[in-house]
Amino acid sequence: MNVFFIGLTNGAVYGLVALGYTLVYGILQLINFAHGDVFALSGLVAFSVLSGKFLGITSDDSMVIIIGALLLCLILTMPLFAVGNALIELVAYRRLRTAPRLAPLITAVGVSFIVQNVGLAVYDVEFYGATELLPRSNAIEIGSFAYQWNKLIVLLIVVPLLVSLTWFVRSTRQGKAMRATAQDKDASAMMGINVNRTISVTFALAGALAAAAGLLFLLQFNMRYDTGFQLGLFAFTAAVLGGIGNLSGAVLGATIIGLIEAFNEGLRWGHPLDGAWFFPDVGAPSDWTRAVIFGILIAILVFRPEGLLGERTAEGT
Amino acid sequence: MERVKGRSGMGAAGRGWNQLPERARTLIPATILILLAVLYPWYHENWLAEFTNVPVIINFPSVSTAVIVIVFVIMAVGLNIVVGYAGLLDLGYVAFYAVGAYTAGWLASGHFQQVSFHFGSAGISRDLNGIHVNVWIVLLAAGLLTALAGIIIGLPTLRLRGDYLAIVTLGFGEIVPVFVRNGDNLGGFNLTAGTFGINPIDSPGFGEGLNGAWGGLPVNFQQSFIREKLFFYAALALLLITLFCSVRLRESRLGRAWIAIREDETAAAAMGIPLMRTKTWAYALGAFFGGIAGAYYASFKSGAFPSEFYFNISVFLLCMVVLGGMGSVWGVVTAGSILAWLNVEGLANIGTYLKRQTPLDFEVAKYQFGIYGVIIVLMMLFRPTGLIPERRRKLEMEEGVQDESVYGASR
Repeated sequence: MNVFFIGLTNGAVYGLVALGYTLVYGILQLINFAHGDVFALSGLVAFSVLSGKFLGITSDDSMVIIIGALLLCLILTMPLFAVGNALIELVAYRRLRTAPRLAPLITAVGVSFIVQNVGLAVYDVEFYGATELLPRSNAIEIGSFAYQWNKLIVLLIVVPLLVSLTWFVRSTRQGKAMRATAQDKDASAMMGINVNRTISVTFALAGALAAAAGLLFLLQFNMRYDTGFQLGLFAFTAAVLGGIGNLSGAVLGATIIGLIEAFNEGLRWGHPLDGAWFFPDVGAPSDWTRAVIFGILIAILVFRPEGLLGERTAEGT
Repeated sequence: MERVKGRSGMGAAGRGWNQLPERARTLIPATILILLAVLYPWYHENWLAEFTNVPVIINFPSVSTAVIVIVFVIMAVGLNIVVGYAGLLDLGYVAFYAVGAYTAGWLASGHFQQVSFHFGSAGISRDLNGIHVNVWIVLLAAGLLTALAGIIIGLPTLRLRGDYLAIVTLGFGEIVPVFVRNGDNLGGFNLTAGTFGINPIDSPGFGEGLNGAWGGLPVNFQQSFIREKLFFYAALALLLITLFCSVRLRESRLGRAWIAIREDETAAAAMGIPLMRTKTWAYALGAFFGGIAGAYYASFKSGAFPSEFYFNISVFLLCMVVLGGMGSVWGVVTAGSILAWLNVEGLANIGTYLKRQTPLDFEVAKYQFGIYGVIIVLMMLFRPTGLIPERRRKLEMEEGVQDESVYGASR
């Protein structure tokens, strides 16, 4: 049961990153490789904001101050990375909108390395983490299952974000413009939608979500400049699993990926005591997590490329 | 396959050059380049090696650096078949490199201590356990096995659209290193020796077989077997074979089919080109050269270590292809040589030079992949056809083609 909630928490973080992939793919049909690295960089920036000279929060401060600092950190980093991500689109992808499809994809790989190296230049190869910031005492405890504060905060931040994102896409003018642009750029332009601005807004949304995910990841694990590559791939897998371009699909897929990861690492299926009656002994299962998740990615792409919540067209709903 | 230089037509010399038959205009620069490459160890030893304080690059690449450069150029030329000719973005080429290197590790080392199998191996004592097959045969075996791996990866995935294909190949490129890193305990069986890697791997044993057959060559002849030089010449020969195959393949029926698919998949299918078979061939042949290069490199370094096979290598190779010009063999060779040299020692040297001559304290080598990223982005934005563009590709980029696949359209 505890494993289940660990998976759910990780899945929530993956979900925020996966939404970024899916939003951008839905509107541009571009796999934005740089997204995972934007996420990692935002986590590192969040570390700078929280610790050191700027806010100087330690685990000794009272709970109210810590939560206030986290919110302040979100208010700072989310707009910052929203603008940053929109700038990436403006500089690197906009010129290539009419180019053959491989061109922006290759560019995205290049941008990914650039963002990663910005992180490397500023933060070097050290690992950073704020895992001790929130108390690990149990927030909810029923029988044998317990849910810690530092995990509960993830859900407390992710759920409102998802609700407001859904509201934004469903109900606002800009959200409607996004959905229209995802369906048909030319037709939306004719209907008076500013396509360039809509795409910038989409990238900005994706960047803001990545910044939130960066902070939440920082509270759970240590991270460094290249964390984003692997996590980005996991999140992309999640987006594909749920059906790329589909927002609720991305969240569902991310939850499943988080659960798979947690169960794979938590249940020791390769261990002689637990699973050796069925699985061969192949060493620690956590070594194989990546292989398992990428195996899933390949299997989905081959057998059901439209994902779980399969839609025939990529649409931003 | 005209060279752009030949068409400049400046002055009398230029006009004379243009009057030469097209075949000669191709052959003359190629011959000069090959001669320069073949003589490299000689003039490096007698002339270039004396310079130890060249501005910016500090020294000229040594012969063993040149071997590594050539190996990477072979891989880039192999990747060019997949990305440049057929227009399939492969982000997991490092998997083929790994398969090649580990094939060499399995077939030409003492890794499998349980068995003792010798087949034409040179300079290896018969008493040693393990599988020791002649390295030249291993190269071929590695190429074939890697081509098979390419087919296995390709068959289920090649029907996907371009960007999905990229992500699947990337997935394979990640799975293979995870597999070799953890493959030391597959149900108790040690396949890849885990993080330690397989070493030592046998050398090709240049001249050893000859030596044994003649009951000992003269001593001064034996001493002329300088390891780096022999590896260099053999690598150069492999590169020339690869280049020859690559150029001839482009002109072949298969090569023209690749280019047709790259330009317009729907039209190509309508013209009766079997899409899956043609694409799978591109994968298999591209992988073949990657496997040979991987196995040769493993033999040169005498080891295959999992820490070498990571995503960045795939991007590094892709960068060579993009910089040189997708589809342009000569462009890829040029860009590949420069980038591979930068990777092996160039960037480190430039960093040292900057530190010595300027107050700038900037570790260039640390940011190598950031630099490659900048190169990729700038090239795609401002010169997507590459340094030495292939004429056909250039037209394609300028006029713009629809590259929506039939599968993509039908879904």
